[in-house]
Amino acid sequence: MTALAARPAVVDREAARRPFALARHSLALARRSLIKTMRSPEQLLDVTLQPVIFVVLFVYLLGGAVSGSTHDYLQTLLPAIMVQTTVFGGMATGVNLNADIGKGVFDRFRSLPIGRSAPLIGSVLGDLIRYVVAVVSLLVFGSLMGFRVETGVLPALAACLLAILFAFSLSWAFVLVGMVVRQPGAVQGVGFLVLFPLTFGTSMIAPAETLPGWLRSWVEVNPVTHVMDASRGLMVGGPVAASAAWALAWSALFVAVFAPLAVRAYRRRA
Amino acid sequence: MEYAFQAEGLVKRYGRTTALAGVDLAARTGTVLGVLGPNGAGKTTAVRILATLLRPDAGRATVGGLDVVADAPRVRRMIGLTGQYASVDEDLTGLQNLVLIGRLLNLRGTRAKARAAELLRDFELTEAGGRQVKTYSGGMRRRLDLAASLVGRPDVIYLDEPTTGLDPAKRDDIWHVVRALVADGATVLLTTQYLEEADALADEISVVDHGRVIAHGTPAELKRIVGGQTVLVRPADPGRLAEAAAVLAEVSGHQPESTGRGVVTVPVDGDAAFTEVVRRLDRRGIAVTELSLRLPSLDEVFFALTGKHTEVAA
Repeated sequence: MTALAARPAVVDREAARRPFALARHSLALARRSLIKTMRSPEQLLDVTLQPVIFVVLFVYLLGGAVSGSTHDYLQTLLPAIMVQTTVFGGMATGVNLNADIGKGVFDRFRSLPIGRSAPLIGSVLGDLIRYVVAVVSLLVFGSLMGFRVETGVLPALAACLLAILFAFSLSWAFVLVGMVVRQPGAVQGVGFLVLFPLTFGTSMIAPAETLPGWLRSWVEVNPVTHVMDASRGLMVGGPVAASAAWALAWSALFVAVFAPLAVRAYRRRA
Repeated sequence: MEYAFQAEGLVKRYGRTTALAGVDLAARTGTVLGVLGPNGAGKTTAVRILATLLRPDAGRATVGGLDVVADAPRVRRMIGLTGQYASVDEDLTGLQNLVLIGRLLNLRGTRAKARAAELLRDFELTEAGGRQVKTYSGGMRRRLDLAASLVGRPDVIYLDEPTTGLDPAKRDDIWHVVRALVADGATVLLTTQYLEEADALADEISVVDHGRVIAHGTPAELKRIVGGQTVLVRPADPGRLAEAAAVLAEVSGHQPESTGRGVVTVPVDGDAAFTEVVRRLDRRGIAVTELSLRLPSLDEVFFALTGKHTEVAA
Protein backbone atom coordinates (compact mmCIF):
# COMPACT_ATOMS: atom_id res chain seq x y z
CA MET A 1 0.00 0.00 0.00
CA THR A 2 1.19 3.46 -0.78
CA ALA A 3 1.94 5.89 1.97
CA LEU A 4 -1.02 7.89 3.11
CA ALA A 5 -1.22 11.39 1.81
CA ALA A 6 0.05 14.08 4.14
CA ARG A 7 -2.52 15.31 6.60
CA PRO A 8 -3.53 18.93 6.17
CA ALA A 9 -6.98 18.86 7.71
CA VAL A 10 -9.44 17.79 5.09
CA VAL A 11 -12.33 18.20 7.41
CA ASP A 12 -13.18 21.75 8.04
CA ARG A 13 -13.27 21.59 11.80
CA GLU A 14 -15.58 24.53 11.95
CA ALA A 15 -17.77 23.22 9.20
CA ALA A 16 -20.28 21.92 11.66
CA ARG A 17 -21.20 25.54 12.16
CA ARG A 18 -22.33 25.61 8.58
CA PRO A 19 -26.07 26.03 8.79
CA PHE A 20 -28.53 23.16 8.59
CA ALA A 21 -25.95 20.58 9.70
CA LEU A 22 -28.65 18.33 11.12
CA ALA A 23 -30.69 18.57 7.93
CA ARG A 24 -27.68 17.84 5.72
CA HIS A 25 -26.59 14.89 7.84
CA SER A 26 -30.12 13.51 7.98
CA LEU A 27 -30.46 13.77 4.21
CA ALA A 28 -27.12 12.03 3.67
CA LEU A 29 -28.35 9.21 5.90
CA ALA A 30 -31.75 9.18 4.20
CA ARG A 31 -29.89 8.61 0.96
CA ARG A 32 -28.21 5.61 2.56
CA SER A 33 -31.62 4.15 3.47
CA LEU A 34 -32.84 4.80 -0.02
CA ILE A 35 -29.88 3.01 -1.59
CA LYS A 36 -30.46 0.05 0.71
CA THR A 37 -34.15 -0.14 -0.24
CA MET A 38 -33.33 0.06 -3.94
CA ARG A 39 -30.78 -2.72 -3.51
CA SER A 40 -33.37 -5.08 -2.10
CA PRO A 41 -36.74 -4.22 -3.66
CA GLU A 42 -38.26 -7.34 -2.08
CA GLN A 43 -38.47 -5.19 1.05
CA LEU A 44 -41.23 -3.30 -0.70
CA LEU A 45 -43.52 -6.33 -0.99
CA ASP A 46 -45.44 -5.35 2.14
CA VAL A 47 -46.38 -2.00 0.63
CA THR A 48 -47.13 -3.30 -2.87
CA LEU A 49 -48.62 -6.78 -2.67
CA GLN A 50 -50.34 -6.66 0.71
CA PRO A 51 -52.69 -3.75 -0.08
CA VAL A 52 -53.56 -5.32 -3.40
CA ILE A 53 -54.59 -8.51 -1.63
CA PHE A 54 -56.67 -6.55 0.88
CA VAL A 55 -58.42 -4.62 -1.86
CA VAL A 56 -59.25 -7.73 -3.86
CA LEU A 57 -60.46 -9.65 -0.79
CA PHE A 58 -62.58 -6.91 0.68
CA VAL A 59 -64.07 -5.70 -2.59
CA TYR A 60 -65.22 -9.12 -3.72
CA LEU A 61 -66.04 -10.53 -0.27
CA LEU A 62 -67.85 -7.55 1.21
CA GLY A 63 -68.58 -5.20 -1.65
CA GLY A 64 -71.98 -6.70 -2.46
CA ALA A 65 -73.05 -6.97 1.15
CA VAL A 66 -71.91 -3.55 2.33
CA SER A 67 -72.44 -1.30 -0.66
CA GLY A 68 -74.62 -3.34 -2.96
CA SER A 69 -72.01 -3.19 -5.70
CA THR A 70 -68.33 -3.91 -5.88
CA HIS A 71 -67.64 -0.65 -7.71
CA ASP A 72 -69.32 1.54 -5.08
CA TYR A 73 -67.47 -0.33 -2.39
CA LEU A 74 -64.13 0.09 -4.15
CA GLN A 75 -64.71 3.86 -4.27
CA THR A 76 -65.08 4.06 -0.48
CA LEU A 77 -62.57 1.35 0.38
CA LEU A 78 -59.55 2.33 -1.67
CA PRO A 79 -58.80 5.71 -0.06
CA ALA A 80 -58.98 3.99 3.33
CA ILE A 81 -56.76 1.08 2.28
CA MET A 82 -54.26 3.67 1.10
CA VAL A 83 -54.11 5.06 4.62
CA GLN A 84 -53.89 1.60 6.16
CA THR A 85 -51.03 0.65 3.83
CA THR A 86 -48.94 3.70 4.55
CA VAL A 87 -49.49 3.29 8.28
CA PHE A 88 -48.33 -0.33 8.05
CA GLY A 89 -45.37 0.91 6.00
CA GLY A 90 -44.38 3.06 8.95
CA MET A 91 -44.13 0.00 11.14
CA ALA A 92 -41.47 -1.39 8.80
CA THR A 93 -39.32 1.65 9.58
CA GLY A 94 -39.24 0.63 13.23
CA VAL A 95 -38.54 -3.01 12.38
CA ASN A 96 -35.74 -2.16 9.93
CA LEU A 97 -34.16 0.33 12.26
CA ASN A 98 -34.19 -2.18 15.09
CA ALA A 99 -32.27 -4.64 12.91
CA ASP A 100 -29.99 -1.94 11.55
CA ILE A 101 -29.01 -0.42 14.86
CA GLY A 102 -27.35 -3.60 16.08
CA LYS A 103 -24.88 -3.48 13.21
CA GLY A 104 -21.44 -1.96 13.53
CA VAL A 105 -22.22 0.86 11.16
CA PHE A 106 -24.36 2.51 13.84
CA ASP A 107 -21.34 2.51 16.13
CA ARG A 108 -19.58 4.52 13.50
CA PHE A 109 -22.46 6.99 13.22
CA ARG A 110 -22.36 7.39 16.99
CA SER A 111 -18.64 8.12 16.90
CA LEU A 112 -19.07 10.87 14.30
CA PRO A 113 -19.65 14.53 15.16
CA ILE A 114 -23.27 14.54 13.95
CA GLY A 115 -26.53 15.18 15.75
CA ARG A 116 -27.72 12.21 17.78
CA SER A 117 -31.04 12.29 15.99
CA ALA A 118 -29.58 12.33 12.47
CA PRO A 119 -29.47 8.52 11.95
CA LEU A 120 -33.08 8.20 13.07
CA ILE A 121 -34.34 11.12 11.02
CA GLY A 122 -32.39 9.75 8.06
CA SER A 123 -34.04 6.34 8.32
CA VAL A 124 -37.52 7.77 8.72
CA LEU A 125 -37.03 10.16 5.78
CA GLY A 126 -35.47 7.44 3.60
CA ASP A 127 -38.51 5.29 4.20
CA LEU A 128 -40.76 7.94 2.67
CA ILE A 129 -40.04 6.09 -0.55
CA ARG A 130 -42.01 3.15 0.86
CA TYR A 131 -45.13 5.27 1.24
CA VAL A 132 -44.77 6.71 -2.23
CA VAL A 133 -44.40 3.22 -3.71
CA ALA A 134 -47.40 2.05 -1.68
CA VAL A 135 -49.64 4.90 -2.82
CA VAL A 136 -48.61 4.69 -6.45
CA SER A 137 -48.97 0.93 -6.73
CA LEU A 138 -52.33 0.99 -4.98
CA LEU A 139 -53.69 3.74 -7.22
CA VAL A 140 -52.47 1.98 -10.36
CA PHE A 141 -54.01 -1.32 -9.27
CA GLY A 142 -57.18 0.40 -8.07
CA SER A 143 -57.70 2.14 -11.38
CA LEU A 144 -57.29 -1.19 -13.15
CA MET A 145 -60.09 -2.51 -10.96
CA GLY A 146 -62.23 0.48 -11.82
CA PHE A 147 -61.47 3.04 -9.12
CA ARG A 148 -62.03 6.61 -10.31
CA VAL A 149 -61.11 9.87 -8.59
CA GLU A 150 -64.32 11.91 -8.47
CA THR A 151 -62.90 15.20 -7.29
CA GLY A 152 -59.80 16.29 -9.15
CA VAL A 153 -56.08 15.82 -9.43
CA LEU A 154 -55.14 18.30 -6.71
CA PRO A 155 -57.52 17.01 -4.02
CA ALA A 156 -56.47 13.44 -4.83
CA LEU A 157 -52.84 14.46 -4.49
CA ALA A 158 -53.66 16.12 -1.19
CA ALA A 159 -55.24 12.85 -0.02
CA CYS A 160 -52.02 10.98 -0.87
CA LEU A 161 -49.88 13.56 0.90
CA LEU A 162 -52.11 13.51 3.96
CA ALA A 163 -51.87 9.71 4.19
CA ILE A 164 -48.08 9.90 3.82
CA LEU A 165 -47.73 12.69 6.36
CA PHE A 166 -49.81 10.81 8.90
CA ALA A 167 -47.90 7.56 8.38
CA PHE A 168 -44.61 9.43 8.65
CA SER A 169 -45.70 11.00 11.93
CA LEU A 170 -46.96 7.74 13.38
CA SER A 171 -43.81 5.92 12.27
CA TRP A 172 -41.97 7.73 15.08
CA ALA A 173 -43.97 5.62 17.50
CA PHE A 174 -42.65 2.48 15.81
CA VAL A 175 -39.14 3.94 15.82
CA LEU A 176 -39.55 4.36 19.58
CA VAL A 177 -40.65 0.73 19.92
CA GLY A 178 -37.71 -0.26 17.73
CA MET A 179 -35.33 1.54 20.10
CA VAL A 180 -36.79 0.01 23.25
CA VAL A 181 -37.33 -3.58 22.12
CA ARG A 182 -34.39 -5.92 21.47
CA GLN A 183 -35.62 -8.03 18.55
CA PRO A 184 -37.00 -6.95 15.16
CA GLY A 185 -39.65 -9.67 15.51
CA ALA A 186 -40.81 -8.13 18.76
CA VAL A 187 -41.21 -4.75 17.08
CA GLN A 188 -43.41 -6.41 14.50
CA GLY A 189 -45.40 -8.19 17.21
CA VAL A 190 -46.07 -4.98 19.11
CA GLY A 191 -46.75 -3.20 15.82
CA PHE A 192 -49.44 -5.62 14.69
CA LEU A 193 -51.02 -5.57 18.12
CA VAL A 194 -51.45 -1.81 17.82
CA LEU A 195 -52.13 -1.58 14.10
CA PHE A 196 -55.00 -4.02 13.79
CA PRO A 197 -57.37 -2.15 16.13
CA LEU A 198 -55.98 1.14 14.83
CA THR A 199 -56.56 0.46 11.13
CA PHE A 200 -59.48 -1.99 11.17
CA GLY A 201 -61.28 -0.24 14.01
CA THR A 202 -62.24 2.50 11.59
CA SER A 203 -64.74 3.33 8.91
CA MET A 204 -62.54 1.43 6.45
CA ILE A 205 -64.53 -1.73 5.73
CA ALA A 206 -67.97 -0.83 7.05
CA PRO A 207 -69.86 2.43 7.71
CA ALA A 208 -69.52 3.55 11.33
CA GLU A 209 -73.31 3.85 11.63
CA THR A 210 -73.70 0.08 11.40
CA LEU A 211 -71.36 -0.67 14.32
CA PRO A 212 -72.32 -1.45 17.95
CA GLY A 213 -72.04 1.52 20.29
CA TRP A 214 -68.76 0.70 22.01
CA LEU A 215 -66.99 0.03 18.74
CA ARG A 216 -68.50 3.10 17.21
CA SER A 217 -67.14 5.22 20.06
CA TRP A 218 -63.68 3.86 19.39
CA VAL A 219 -63.99 4.39 15.65
CA GLU A 220 -65.02 7.99 16.19
CA VAL A 221 -62.00 8.86 18.36
CA ASN A 222 -59.53 6.77 16.39
CA PRO A 223 -57.09 9.14 14.63
CA VAL A 224 -56.84 6.76 11.67
CA THR A 225 -60.59 7.15 11.05
CA HIS A 226 -60.09 10.88 10.57
CA VAL A 227 -57.31 10.34 8.06
CA MET A 228 -59.38 7.80 6.17
CA ASP A 229 -62.44 10.06 6.14
CA ALA A 230 -60.34 12.97 4.92
CA SER A 231 -58.73 10.87 2.18
CA ARG A 232 -62.12 9.59 1.09
CA GLY A 233 -63.52 13.09 0.99
CA LEU A 234 -60.57 14.37 -1.01
CA MET A 235 -60.73 11.53 -3.56
CA VAL A 236 -64.39 10.72 -4.02
CA GLY A 237 -66.13 13.70 -2.44
CA GLY A 238 -67.75 14.41 0.89
CA PRO A 239 -66.91 16.52 3.94
CA VAL A 240 -63.17 17.04 4.44
CA ALA A 241 -62.39 20.03 6.64
CA ALA A 242 -63.02 18.60 10.11
CA SER A 243 -61.45 15.21 9.52
CA ALA A 244 -58.44 16.76 7.75
CA ALA A 245 -57.91 19.15 10.65
CA TRP A 246 -58.03 16.23 13.09
CA ALA A 247 -55.60 14.26 10.92
CA LEU A 248 -53.13 17.12 10.84
CA ALA A 249 -53.46 17.71 14.57
CA TRP A 250 -52.86 14.06 15.37
CA SER A 251 -49.86 14.02 13.03
CA ALA A 252 -48.32 16.99 14.78
CA LEU A 253 -48.98 15.42 18.16
CA PHE A 254 -47.39 12.11 17.18
CA VAL A 255 -44.20 13.76 15.95
CA ALA A 256 -44.04 16.06 18.97
CA VAL A 257 -44.40 13.17 21.41
CA PHE A 258 -42.74 10.19 19.79
CA ALA A 259 -39.80 11.76 17.93
CA PRO A 260 -38.12 13.17 21.07
CA LEU A 261 -38.84 9.95 22.98
CA ALA A 262 -37.37 7.87 20.15
CA VAL A 263 -34.23 10.00 20.01
CA ARG A 264 -33.86 9.76 23.77
CA ALA A 265 -34.25 5.98 23.68
CA TYR A 266 -31.68 5.80 20.88
CA ARG A 267 -29.17 7.81 22.90
CA ARG A 268 -29.64 5.56 25.88
CA ARG A 269 -29.26 2.40 23.92
CA ALA A 270 -25.55 1.67 24.06
CA MET B 1 4.24 15.20 28.88
CA GLU B 2 1.33 15.79 26.57
CA TYR B 3 -1.18 13.01 26.26
CA ALA B 4 -3.35 12.66 23.17
CA PHE B 5 -5.78 10.66 25.24
CA GLN B 6 -5.89 9.67 28.85
CA ALA B 7 -8.18 7.44 30.87
CA GLU B 8 -8.10 7.32 34.65
CA GLY B 9 -9.82 4.79 36.85
CA LEU B 10 -12.42 3.74 34.28
CA VAL B 11 -15.12 1.52 35.76
CA LYS B 12 -17.91 -0.05 33.76
CA ARG B 13 -20.38 -2.60 35.06
CA TYR B 14 -23.09 -4.51 33.29
CA GLY B 15 -25.44 -5.78 35.93
CA ARG B 16 -23.25 -7.93 38.16
CA THR B 17 -20.48 -8.25 35.60
CA THR B 18 -17.63 -5.81 35.94
CA ALA B 19 -16.17 -5.11 32.50
CA LEU B 20 -13.71 -2.50 33.73
CA ALA B 21 -12.53 -2.34 37.32
CA GLY B 22 -10.46 0.86 37.27
CA VAL B 23 -8.43 1.12 34.08
CA ASP B 24 -5.78 3.75 33.38
CA LEU B 25 -4.62 4.20 29.80
CA ALA B 26 -2.69 7.02 28.19
CA ALA B 27 -0.69 7.71 25.07
CA ARG B 28 1.54 10.64 24.23
CA THR B 29 0.79 12.46 21.00
CA GLY B 30 2.20 10.70 17.98
CA THR B 31 2.69 7.32 19.63
CA VAL B 32 0.99 3.94 19.58
CA LEU B 33 -0.43 2.49 22.77
CA GLY B 34 -0.90 -1.26 22.54
CA VAL B 35 -3.63 -2.69 24.75
CA LEU B 36 -2.95 -6.37 25.08
CA GLY B 37 -5.37 -8.83 26.56
CA PRO B 38 -7.52 -11.90 25.96
CA ASN B 39 -11.16 -11.88 24.88
CA GLY B 40 -13.34 -10.43 27.59
CA ALA B 41 -10.50 -8.53 29.29
CA GLY B 42 -12.31 -5.22 28.78
CA LYS B 43 -10.36 -3.90 25.80
CA THR B 44 -13.40 -3.15 23.67
CA THR B 45 -15.27 -1.56 26.59
CA ALA B 46 -12.34 0.79 27.20
CA VAL B 47 -12.19 1.71 23.51
CA ARG B 48 -15.94 2.34 23.41
CA ILE B 49 -15.67 4.73 26.36
CA LEU B 50 -12.77 6.61 24.74
CA ALA B 51 -14.79 6.75 21.51
CA THR B 52 -17.77 8.36 23.34
CA LEU B 53 -19.98 5.34 22.66
CA LEU B 54 -20.28 4.36 26.32
CA ARG B 55 -20.35 6.34 29.54
CA PRO B 56 -18.08 5.09 32.30
CA ASP B 57 -19.71 4.34 35.66
CA ALA B 58 -16.69 5.90 37.36
CA GLY B 59 -13.39 7.46 36.35
CA ARG B 60 -12.82 9.87 33.53
CA ALA B 61 -11.27 9.96 30.09
CA THR B 62 -10.07 12.82 27.97
CA VAL B 63 -9.07 13.16 24.34
CA GLY B 64 -6.98 16.20 23.49
CA GLY B 65 -7.78 17.45 26.99
CA LEU B 66 -11.55 17.26 26.39
CA ASP B 67 -13.77 15.08 28.52
CA VAL B 68 -15.33 12.21 26.55
CA VAL B 69 -18.65 12.59 28.35
CA ALA B 70 -19.02 16.35 28.83
CA ASP B 71 -17.38 17.33 25.55
CA ALA B 72 -18.44 14.32 23.47
CA PRO B 73 -19.38 16.32 20.34
CA ARG B 74 -15.95 17.97 20.18
CA VAL B 75 -14.15 14.73 21.00
CA ARG B 76 -15.94 13.09 18.06
CA ARG B 77 -14.28 15.57 15.71
CA MET B 78 -10.86 14.32 16.75
CA ILE B 79 -11.31 10.56 16.69
CA GLY B 80 -11.57 7.71 14.23
CA LEU B 81 -12.84 4.28 15.22
CA THR B 82 -12.32 0.92 13.61
CA GLY B 83 -14.29 -1.67 15.49
CA GLN B 84 -13.56 -5.32 15.96
CA TYR B 85 -16.37 -6.08 13.54
CA ALA B 86 -16.36 -4.05 10.39
CA SER B 87 -18.47 -0.96 10.95
CA VAL B 88 -19.34 -0.30 7.34
CA ASP B 89 -22.64 -0.78 5.55
CA GLU B 90 -22.75 -4.08 3.69
CA ASP B 91 -25.46 -2.99 1.26
CA LEU B 92 -23.57 0.07 0.10
CA THR B 93 -20.55 0.02 -2.16
CA GLY B 94 -17.12 0.85 -0.77
CA LEU B 95 -17.28 4.24 -2.45
CA GLN B 96 -20.78 5.00 -1.13
CA ASN B 97 -19.66 4.14 2.39
CA LEU B 98 -16.73 6.53 2.28
CA VAL B 99 -18.68 9.31 0.58
CA LEU B 100 -21.43 9.02 3.20
CA ILE B 101 -18.92 9.48 5.99
CA GLY B 102 -17.36 12.41 4.16
CA ARG B 103 -20.79 14.03 3.90
CA LEU B 104 -21.42 13.42 7.59
CA LEU B 105 -18.09 15.14 8.28
CA ASN B 106 -19.37 18.17 6.38
CA LEU B 107 -17.31 17.69 3.24
CA ARG B 108 -19.01 19.13 0.21
CA GLY B 109 -20.03 16.63 -2.46
CA THR B 110 -16.99 16.89 -4.70
CA ARG B 111 -14.55 16.90 -1.80
CA ALA B 112 -16.25 13.91 -0.22
CA LYS B 113 -15.91 11.99 -3.49
CA ALA B 114 -12.29 13.06 -3.95
CA ARG B 115 -11.38 12.02 -0.42
CA ALA B 116 -13.16 8.67 -0.89
CA ALA B 117 -11.30 8.03 -4.14
CA GLU B 118 -8.01 8.92 -2.47
CA LEU B 119 -8.62 6.50 0.39
CA LEU B 120 -9.76 3.71 -1.93
CA ARG B 121 -6.50 4.14 -3.79
CA ASP B 122 -4.41 4.19 -0.61
CA PHE B 123 -6.06 0.97 0.52
CA GLU B 124 -5.97 -0.71 -2.90
CA LEU B 125 -9.71 -0.84 -3.15
CA THR B 126 -10.19 1.35 -6.21
CA GLU B 127 -11.36 -1.53 -8.38
CA ALA B 128 -13.69 -2.86 -5.71
CA GLY B 129 -15.01 0.63 -4.90
CA GLY B 130 -18.12 0.19 -7.03
CA ARG B 131 -19.09 -3.16 -5.52
CA GLN B 132 -21.33 -3.80 -2.53
CA VAL B 133 -19.32 -4.42 0.60
CA LYS B 134 -21.06 -7.76 1.16
CA THR B 135 -19.04 -9.10 -1.78
CA TYR B 136 -15.73 -8.12 -0.16
CA SER B 137 -13.28 -10.56 1.41
CA GLY B 138 -12.49 -10.26 5.11
CA GLY B 139 -9.25 -8.42 4.41
CA MET B 140 -10.92 -5.97 2.04
CA ARG B 141 -13.59 -5.21 4.62
CA ARG B 142 -11.00 -4.47 7.26
CA ARG B 143 -9.18 -2.15 4.89
CA LEU B 144 -12.40 -0.34 4.02
CA ASP B 145 -13.28 -0.10 7.68
CA LEU B 146 -9.90 1.42 8.41
CA ALA B 147 -10.28 3.79 5.47
CA ALA B 148 -13.70 4.80 6.79
CA SER B 149 -12.21 5.82 10.12
CA LEU B 150 -9.61 7.98 8.37
CA VAL B 151 -11.92 10.05 6.16
CA GLY B 152 -11.70 13.02 8.50
CA ARG B 153 -7.96 12.62 9.17
CA PRO B 154 -8.54 12.15 12.89
CA ASP B 155 -5.83 13.02 15.41
CA VAL B 156 -6.61 9.97 17.52
CA ILE B 157 -7.40 6.59 16.00
CA TYR B 158 -8.77 3.60 17.85
CA LEU B 159 -8.14 0.25 16.24
CA ASP B 160 -9.95 -2.53 18.06
CA GLU B 161 -8.25 -5.80 17.11
CA PRO B 162 -7.73 -4.70 13.52
CA THR B 163 -5.89 -7.85 12.48
CA THR B 164 -7.75 -10.60 14.34
CA GLY B 165 -8.57 -13.29 11.82
CA LEU B 166 -6.41 -11.88 9.04
CA ASP B 167 -3.68 -13.89 7.34
CA PRO B 168 -0.09 -12.67 7.80
CA ALA B 169 0.14 -10.79 4.49
CA LYS B 170 -3.08 -8.86 5.18
CA ARG B 171 -1.89 -8.25 8.70
CA ASP B 172 1.32 -6.71 7.36
CA ASP B 173 -0.77 -4.33 5.25
CA ILE B 174 -2.58 -3.11 8.34
CA TRP B 175 0.71 -2.75 10.24
CA HIS B 176 2.05 -0.69 7.38
CA VAL B 177 -0.95 1.63 7.59
CA VAL B 178 -0.59 2.03 11.35
CA ARG B 179 3.06 3.04 10.93
CA ALA B 180 2.14 5.50 8.19
CA LEU B 181 -0.53 7.07 10.41
CA VAL B 182 1.90 7.56 13.25
CA ALA B 183 4.54 8.94 10.89
CA ASP B 184 1.83 11.38 9.90
CA GLY B 185 1.46 12.59 13.48
CA ALA B 186 -1.62 10.65 14.58
CA THR B 187 -1.92 8.88 17.91
CA VAL B 188 -3.13 5.30 17.82
CA LEU B 189 -4.72 3.03 20.40
CA LEU B 190 -4.43 -0.53 19.18
CA THR B 191 -6.00 -3.45 20.97
CA THR B 192 -4.67 -6.88 20.21
CA GLN B 193 -4.41 -10.43 21.45
CA TYR B 194 -0.90 -10.82 20.03
CA LEU B 195 2.22 -9.73 21.85
CA GLU B 196 3.98 -9.92 18.51
CA GLU B 197 1.69 -7.24 17.11
CA ALA B 198 1.99 -5.00 20.15
CA ASP B 199 5.77 -5.47 20.02
CA ALA B 200 5.91 -4.56 16.34
CA LEU B 201 3.78 -1.42 16.57
CA ALA B 202 3.42 -0.06 20.05
CA ASP B 203 5.61 2.45 21.83
CA GLU B 204 4.07 1.36 25.09
CA ILE B 205 1.92 -1.60 26.03
CA SER B 206 -0.75 -1.93 28.70
CA VAL B 207 -1.68 -5.51 29.50
CA VAL B 208 -5.29 -5.85 30.65
CA ASP B 209 -7.01 -8.73 32.35
CA HIS B 210 -10.42 -8.88 34.03
CA GLY B 211 -10.92 -5.16 33.60
CA ARG B 212 -7.59 -4.14 35.13
CA VAL B 213 -4.22 -3.08 33.77
CA ILE B 214 -1.90 -5.73 35.16
CA ALA B 215 1.29 -4.49 33.53
CA HIS B 216 2.45 -1.46 31.61
CA GLY B 217 5.71 -0.59 29.92
CA THR B 218 7.63 -0.40 26.71
CA PRO B 219 7.77 -3.63 24.69
CA ALA B 220 11.36 -4.13 25.89
CA GLU B 221 10.38 -3.70 29.53
CA LEU B 222 7.48 -6.05 29.14
CA LYS B 223 9.56 -8.71 27.47
CA ARG B 224 12.03 -8.46 30.31
CA ILE B 225 9.22 -9.16 32.77
CA VAL B 226 7.76 -12.07 30.88
CA GLY B 227 11.07 -13.69 30.05
CA GLY B 228 11.72 -12.35 26.60
CA GLN B 229 11.70 -14.97 23.93
CA THR B 230 11.10 -18.66 23.74
CA VAL B 231 13.22 -21.25 21.95
CA LEU B 232 11.31 -24.15 20.46
CA VAL B 233 12.96 -27.38 19.33
CA ARG B 234 11.43 -30.37 17.55
CA PRO B 235 13.97 -33.21 17.22
CA ALA B 236 13.75 -35.26 14.02
CA ASP B 237 13.83 -38.36 16.19
CA PRO B 238 11.13 -38.01 18.88
CA GLY B 239 13.18 -40.42 21.01
CA ARG B 240 15.79 -37.74 21.54
CA LEU B 241 13.36 -35.21 23.05
CA ALA B 242 14.87 -35.63 26.51
CA GLU B 243 18.36 -34.91 25.17
CA ALA B 244 17.11 -31.78 23.42
CA ALA B 245 15.41 -30.70 26.64
CA ALA B 246 18.72 -31.17 28.49
CA VAL B 247 20.45 -28.88 25.99
CA LEU B 248 17.81 -26.20 26.48
CA ALA B 249 18.10 -26.49 30.25
CA GLU B 250 21.89 -26.08 30.11
CA VAL B 251 21.74 -22.98 27.95
CA SER B 252 18.81 -21.18 29.55
CA GLY B 253 19.10 -22.21 33.14
CA HIS B 254 15.31 -22.75 33.14
CA GLN B 255 13.31 -25.94 33.21
CA PRO B 256 12.07 -26.64 29.63
CA GLU B 257 8.44 -27.40 29.06
CA SER B 258 7.28 -30.17 26.76
CA THR B 259 3.83 -29.81 25.32
CA GLY B 260 3.82 -33.50 24.48
CA ARG B 261 3.78 -33.24 20.71
CA GLY B 262 7.43 -33.92 20.14
CA VAL B 263 8.27 -30.30 20.92
CA VAL B 264 10.18 -28.81 23.80
CA THR B 265 10.29 -25.09 24.67
CA VAL B 266 12.15 -22.89 27.11
CA PRO B 267 12.22 -19.15 27.78
CA VAL B 268 15.58 -17.47 27.08
CA ASP B 269 16.84 -14.09 28.16
CA GLY B 270 18.75 -12.90 25.12
CA ASP B 271 19.22 -13.52 21.41
CA ALA B 272 22.67 -15.05 22.04
CA ALA B 273 21.09 -18.06 23.72
CA PHE B 274 19.58 -19.16 20.44
CA THR B 275 22.97 -19.41 18.74
CA GLU B 276 24.26 -21.38 21.69
CA VAL B 277 21.33 -23.84 21.46
CA VAL B 278 22.05 -24.38 17.76
CA ARG B 279 25.73 -24.96 18.44
CA ARG B 280 25.14 -27.52 21.20
CA LEU B 281 22.44 -29.41 19.31
CA ASP B 282 24.84 -29.68 16.39
CA ARG B 283 27.70 -30.85 18.59
CA ARG B 284 25.56 -33.69 19.95
CA GLY B 285 24.30 -34.58 16.52
CA ILE B 286 20.63 -34.00 17.36
CA ALA B 287 18.88 -33.42 14.04
CA VAL B 288 15.86 -31.11 14.24
CA THR B 289 12.84 -30.57 11.99
CA GLU B 290 11.76 -27.38 13.70
CA LEU B 291 13.79 -24.78 15.55
CA SER B 292 12.53 -21.32 16.30
CA LEU B 293 12.92 -18.26 18.45
CA ARG B 294 9.69 -16.50 19.12
CA LEU B 295 8.05 -13.98 21.38
CA PRO B 296 5.83 -15.37 24.10
CA SER B 297 2.19 -15.94 23.23
CA LEU B 298 -0.47 -14.02 25.07
CA ASP B 299 -1.03 -17.07 27.21
CA GLU B 300 2.63 -17.18 28.19
CA VAL B 301 2.61 -13.45 28.96
CA PHE B 302 -0.32 -14.00 31.26
CA PHE B 303 1.27 -17.01 32.84
CA ALA B 304 4.37 -14.98 33.58
CA LEU B 305 2.40 -12.01 34.94
CA THR B 306 -0.33 -13.75 36.88
CA GLY B 307 0.79 -17.34 37.29
CA LYS B 308 -2.44 -18.35 35.54
CA HIS B 309 -3.24 -19.22 32.00
CA THR B 310 -5.75 -17.09 30.12
CA GLU B 311 -9.23 -18.43 30.61
CA VAL B 312 -10.19 -17.87 27.04
CA ALA B 313 -7.59 -19.35 24.73
CA ALA B 314 -6.39 -16.72 22.31
